[in-house]
Amino acid sequence: MKILVPVKRVVDYNVKIRVDKETNSVDLNNVKMSINPFDEIAVEEAIRIKEGGKCDEIVVVSLGPEQSKETIRNALAMGADRGIHVKTEHSPEPLLVAKILAKIIEKEAFDLIILGKQSIDDDCNQTGQMLSALLGCSIGTYASKIEIENDSFVVTREIDGGLQTIKLAKPAVLTTDLRLNEPRYASLPNIMKAKQKTIDEVDPASLQIEMQPKVVTKKVEEPPIRIGGGKVDSIEDLVDKLKNVSGVI
Amino acid sequence: MSILVLAEHNNEILKEATKKAITAASKIASPVHVLVAGMDCANAANDAASTEGVEKVLLAENSHYKNMLSEPISELLIDLMNEYDYLVSAATTNGKNILPRVAAKLDVSQISEIINVVDGKTFQRPIYAGNAIATVESSTDKNVITIRTTAFETAKESKSTAEISSIGIEKNPGLSEFVEEKVSGGERPELTSAGTIVSGGRGMQSGDNFKLLESVADKLGAAVGASRAAVDSGFVPNEYQVGQTGKVVAPELYIAVGISGAIQHLAGMKDSKVIVAINKDEEAPIFEVADYGLVADLFDAVPDLDKELEKIQK
Repeated sequence: MKILVPVKRVVDYNVKIRVDKETNSVDLNNVKMSINPFDEIAVEEAIRIKEGGKCDEIVVVSLGPEQSKETIRNALAMGADRGIHVKTEHSPEPLLVAKILAKIIEKEAFDLIILGKQSIDDDCNQTGQMLSALLGCSIGTYASKIEIENDSFVVTREIDGGLQTIKLAKPAVLTTDLRLNEPRYASLPNIMKAKQKTIDEVDPASLQIEMQPKVVTKKVEEPPIRIGGGKVDSIEDLVDKLKNVSGVI
Repeated sequence: MSILVLAEHNNEILKEATKKAITAASKIASPVHVLVAGMDCANAANDAASTEGVEKVLLAENSHYKNMLSEPISELLIDLMNEYDYLVSAATTNGKNILPRVAAKLDVSQISEIINVVDGKTFQRPIYAGNAIATVESSTDKNVITIRTTAFETAKESKSTAEISSIGIEKNPGLSEFVEEKVSGGERPELTSAGTIVSGGRGMQSGDNFKLLESVADKLGAAVGASRAAVDSGFVPNEYQVGQTGKVVAPELYIAVGISGAIQHLAGMKDSKVIVAINKDEEAPIFEVADYGLVADLFDAVPDLDKELEKIQK
């Protein structure tokens, strides 16, 4: 079995972002960038499947500028086998990402594609679902457990009220939720080994996809600020205020 | 410019999230039609028909649609979208799961979790865990949109009743099979529709200590939530999680206990009407958004709160 894991380079989740009013965008200069946390969980899951003897090769793919190679290299250091870098200036909208991934899968078949449920920059939560549509295959979003049977995947999903288990035909697209696993740290020997692994470059022009976005961002603003900071001295004071001032209990 | 809303229901009534999506849909285009898909869900269709703003209800009853699996429902929607300009759903796990699959088949982008309708093609949505608000404009004729439910009011009951039309389309690509569903929570209200929420963070120290919060929640008729830190530490399951990567809530009263107030948690609850924070660290960022902050050890304060609430009940 072959697994494809798409990963995205995003602003590190510990960074408090700043809106640049002049350029009307989020300021990405000198900001720490990392692998999208949900994608890291996807890489980890693929590695665990391989360690369980059910996968022969893990390929990691990333779309983005030259620095996206570092993100691929991270995943290779964790234990993925090979990388593909699709060089794009910006990060394209989810539909375009899905189209590019579908073209790559057209050239080289995969039994399982695992993605993060959403990237923590644009928070779209779309790419996996869109890819499954373009491939005409099954989709299992928000996975918290993945079991592999002969020709199918049994996937437990995080849904609003609890957990849902579904059985999906192979090939399938799965997206990860937080509790699927805890990603490992790459060991120093594995970081050294990753430097020898192959990363193939793909020019998006060679894929013959119309790269014009269908949705454009007109403006980016700071959210309205909530004024808090009120204090109470005791539980009695708190209960009194909730009851008699705010009227919420 | 017609608009179709994908409904979520429990066979008897529409979920509140859908009624909020109907309000948002009314601001985007008209007429608003609602698709109720499932099995034995005629009562839910009746509820949709008597919701303000709804002009027609499509009822698709078939065993394939019973569990809202993405593959059959999206096939049904793709078929129906020949007749509509917009497809809208609440950004629940079902909406988020199904709609992008439809969008890709229609060759359009999806606009996720909008919080404001500027005009029929322009919308506002939070990005970076709510730390920035983007105004986005679509260039396509058809549009697929999910709604952040905390940003819209619940559609009221209507005096008139809309027409219900049964549709016989039967779609199932046979790629997926339902195995089981484990719904937790029991007696307590669901997080996303609760009027009061009591949430715990890493400061709770263990899953067992959440019993303290449950006791308070029971007295307030509240739902119990948690921060990502509490979920990551294994205290409670993921469906408790309030935050950008979990559930986004906006109750009348939100009580944050032992929660420091990480950006991603604040993004999920800062639209609550009244916020209470109990934390022993007076520097915790949660106090910056709290209307009533109490600097105290939660293991003293929460049992005290429990007793005070008991007094009020008597």
